[in-house]
Amino acid sequence: MTEAVLAGAPGTTGEPVLSVRDLSVSFRSDTRTVHAVDGVSYDLRPGEVLAVVGESGCGKSVTSMAVMGLLPPTARVGGSIRLGGRELVGASEKELRKVRGKDIAMIFQEPMTSLNPVLTIGRQIGEVLRRHRGMSRKEARARAVELLDLVGIPAPQRRIEEYPHQLSGGMRQRVMIAIAVACDPAVLIADEPTTALDVTVQAGILEVLQSLRERLGTAIVLVTHDLGVVADAADRVLVMYAGRPVEQAPVHDLFGAARHPYTRGLLGAVLRPGGEGKRRLPEIPGLVPSLDSQPDACTFAPRCGRADDACTGGRPGFMSIAPEAGADAPHRAACWHPYGVDDRTGTESPATTGATDEPTVAARPDQEAGE
Amino acid sequence: MTTATQTLPTAPGATARKRATGGRLRALRRNRLALTGGVIAAVFVLAALLAPLIAPYDPAQPDFGNVLAEPSWAHWLGTDDLGRDQLSRIVYGSRASMQVGLVAVVLAFVIGVPLGLLAGYYGRLTDSVVSRLTDTMLAFPFLVLAVGLAAILGPSLTNATIAIGISQIPAVIRITRAETLRLKHVDYVGAAVVNGGGDTTVLFRHILPNATSALIVQATVGIPAAIIGEALLSFLGLGVQPPAPSLGVMLSGAQSFLAPAPWLAVFPGLAIVAATLAFNLLGDGLRDVLDPRGGTR
Amino acid sequence: MTTPQTVPAPRESDGTSSHPQPPVLRIDALERHFAASGGGTVRAVDGVSITIGRGEVVGLVGESGSGKSTVGRCVVRLDEPTGGTVHINGTDVTHLSRRTLRPLRKDFHLVFQDPSSSLDPRMTIGQIIAEPIRLHRQARGEAVRTRVEQLLGQVGLRPEHADRHPHELSGGQRQRISIARALSCDPDLVVADEPTSALDVSVQASVLNLLADLQRDRGFGCLFITHDLAAVEYLADRIAVMYLGQIVEQAPTAELFAAPKHPYTQALLSAAPVPDPVEQRSRERIVLHGELPSPLDPPPGCRFHTRCPLATERCRTEVPVLRELPGGRQVSCHLVGDDGTAPDAAA
Repeated sequence: MTEAVLAGAPGTTGEPVLSVRDLSVSFRSDTRTVHAVDGVSYDLRPGEVLAVVGESGCGKSVTSMAVMGLLPPTARVGGSIRLGGRELVGASEKELRKVRGKDIAMIFQEPMTSLNPVLTIGRQIGEVLRRHRGMSRKEARARAVELLDLVGIPAPQRRIEEYPHQLSGGMRQRVMIAIAVACDPAVLIADEPTTALDVTVQAGILEVLQSLRERLGTAIVLVTHDLGVVADAADRVLVMYAGRPVEQAPVHDLFGAARHPYTRGLLGAVLRPGGEGKRRLPEIPGLVPSLDSQPDACTFAPRCGRADDACTGGRPGFMSIAPEAGADAPHRAACWHPYGVDDRTGTESPATTGATDEPTVAARPDQEAGE
Repeated sequence: MTTATQTLPTAPGATARKRATGGRLRALRRNRLALTGGVIAAVFVLAALLAPLIAPYDPAQPDFGNVLAEPSWAHWLGTDDLGRDQLSRIVYGSRASMQVGLVAVVLAFVIGVPLGLLAGYYGRLTDSVVSRLTDTMLAFPFLVLAVGLAAILGPSLTNATIAIGISQIPAVIRITRAETLRLKHVDYVGAAVVNGGGDTTVLFRHILPNATSALIVQATVGIPAAIIGEALLSFLGLGVQPPAPSLGVMLSGAQSFLAPAPWLAVFPGLAIVAATLAFNLLGDGLRDVLDPRGGTR
Repeated sequence: MTTPQTVPAPRESDGTSSHPQPPVLRIDALERHFAASGGGTVRAVDGVSITIGRGEVVGLVGESGSGKSTVGRCVVRLDEPTGGTVHINGTDVTHLSRRTLRPLRKDFHLVFQDPSSSLDPRMTIGQIIAEPIRLHRQARGEAVRTRVEQLLGQVGLRPEHADRHPHELSGGQRQRISIARALSCDPDLVVADEPTSALDVSVQASVLNLLADLQRDRGFGCLFITHDLAAVEYLADRIAVMYLGQIVEQAPTAELFAAPKHPYTQALLSAAPVPDPVEQRSRERIVLHGELPSPLDPPPGCRFHTRCPLATERCRTEVPVLRELPGGRQVSCHLVGDDGTAPDAAA
């Protein structure tokens, strides 16, 4: 049983509720093997929001599905996923079913497909409570009203009688969140929760997630491609590229002093509204590599302006970027030539920024973090 | 070293491996089935085309000294009540089957595809008229419709072909219309309009080629149905007229001799089943091959 | 190449003043009403007017349900307007028959949102780009291939790509093909309907750069439809904001971002998260309450009043008109003064 730590101030220290180590997921078909996730590790503490960021095909969603045990049977999962001390990799479907919805819950991008169109909102929330909490119909109903109120749905008494199609997209996503947190899970995985929504609606959903962490101490894994959402909601950020982790840092460090050239490229390419007018956007040249092979090299090297023989000759470890801070330092990157601390994260692209800055870390494989 | 991924021999991993192998086997078997289907279909078509060269005897030549003979080296599949060679009659009989199967389906497509395209693309009155007509025809089961039409047209192989072809038109119209309706709203068809394409360009360069997968599936259902239809019409005396051979005619004639000469019914029956199955399997395979994305997925 | 640099606006346009040539696009009081299945009328587009001068880029911004894409489809006549007029290069194309319109189609084209559905999967890239060239007889024989290869080069692809099929390309590459097709007959007007929405961040940037480069080099007018204010800022000279089928504010890009007047524009700008945690967390966000009303039964008075934090009694009853303000700006809000003084929805 995971005890939900209720003192969930942002950046809480303490035992991680979710601990992922060297997670790998591959899919084998007749003709090829796709290494969708390759060596991902992270810890999530109570009340913390960890953003997992990357472009399509980087493995961010597959990582979450692996944590939820929702991958199709064709997937091969390696490494370890520990939720409150319980190992989930290799757990039976029966064990997983006990954990899902109770200790760990998930919300998806498209709320309409996750809700049953022929049942009322109240029934759908109540069902979870009755299954996991053994509540009576009446108790479940009362709790459902509370939950709808918690996620900011006005007039919850009336809303629980309604069907999903009577709600707007934003309201449906709120209902999904209410269902997800019905049993007070220690961990909530939010997979692109606002991608299908308009920006004016998105803001409200992000506020709900924020209040959950403050009021219930829920730890949240926020999977997204939107760096604006990350800047708004995350405590820590894990950047993924082509199935591998490339950088992990507290949110201010990541936006202020990203070390990995890919992270910098991504930050440079993102659009910022705000009266700058017409100007040229930095690009990352080249294409995302295929996931068919697991090269013993940096997968970003072909697109990176800082790449040299070291980058094509060996896979960089995902290690602490400041060796003096110890192996547990919060800022890690998988790069042979990371940017220095003093290089401001600007809008420059990795392809054009020259090698004016010396790599501060002579990266050694034995410094690999994540045991 | 530490970055090397290790796959633990866990339960999900193990089942995954099993499933993956199953998937490969299935894919292989599927392809083999399609290949087998293609080979059998080709044998039938060749037999139909080259019947005079292949058939060991004249299919219409009675041999009263050798009536109801069991299968032997001289007559592989035995002889019928008039002493005619069964194998030769099946070879010539599949001629009728193939003719009806292919010609009827071509007829149904030549009439049905344009009507379906028009109904789906222009909508409004065209659609209403065509759709009502289709619905009316579809109210009758295919074989009942074919028998009725054949009865009106009079018994002959040509009329049977026409009857079966017409009976298949509504299904062809329906599938073409549905595909057209779907494709009409796809962006690339919109792009063709914005390109400056007229109706001809839109219909024949964009909609029709993208509807082929569905149409081939329809054809592979249509050909075996037509083969069975021919057998039924001939069986009922509305198709091929005896003494000309046809699988249906042979079955019909075999009825009286089921006890003394069961092979008279078994072999034509098997031939019908084989031909029907072959085209179905071939169609399944073709559908995969013809999808431009099929190879990479 | 990829260093940030300021791209000068190709041709400064003042939007409304007289042009020696007719504007490439003039939309007047455009309406697109649908009969709803349950009775009633869906007013998807309800009186939209936009003018685009030669070589001018106008951004049309709105959220889902605003009717922005319908405006684009009406302009290229993939959808039939039910009221108002559309003039392209001075010709009224609103009621031309499909046949009469066809030869005029070489002057305008559309870039679709979803690159996976806008290219015919059974054609090669070469055939796709060549189709408008052939249909408008811009070239024949060998010249077509040369032209296709030129276009491929201009959108940053190699000549060999002409023999590939769409499914062999990435999303960004497909969108480049879509752009090449749109430009193949050298149009005066390109309608771009969310051309980057389906793409990844880094790919978005390169497609926007490509559009900006091509627009500068070729000088086509462009109606850039998007929900993303940040995306349109890089390209547009002027921006029109739509809400529930109507334009609520229209202004030169810099002015709109510097000082949005309409409360909805203010909310839209404040809601888009900024990719900078320090700035983002210190911003005042205007959270809109309530839901987008149905276009089947738009609210009386100002259509935004049901969600506007500043709405007054007048907003609930009286329909605001789109008024001209100083500086080439148009706003439809009772609370904005004639001198341009605007309320602050965040306050």
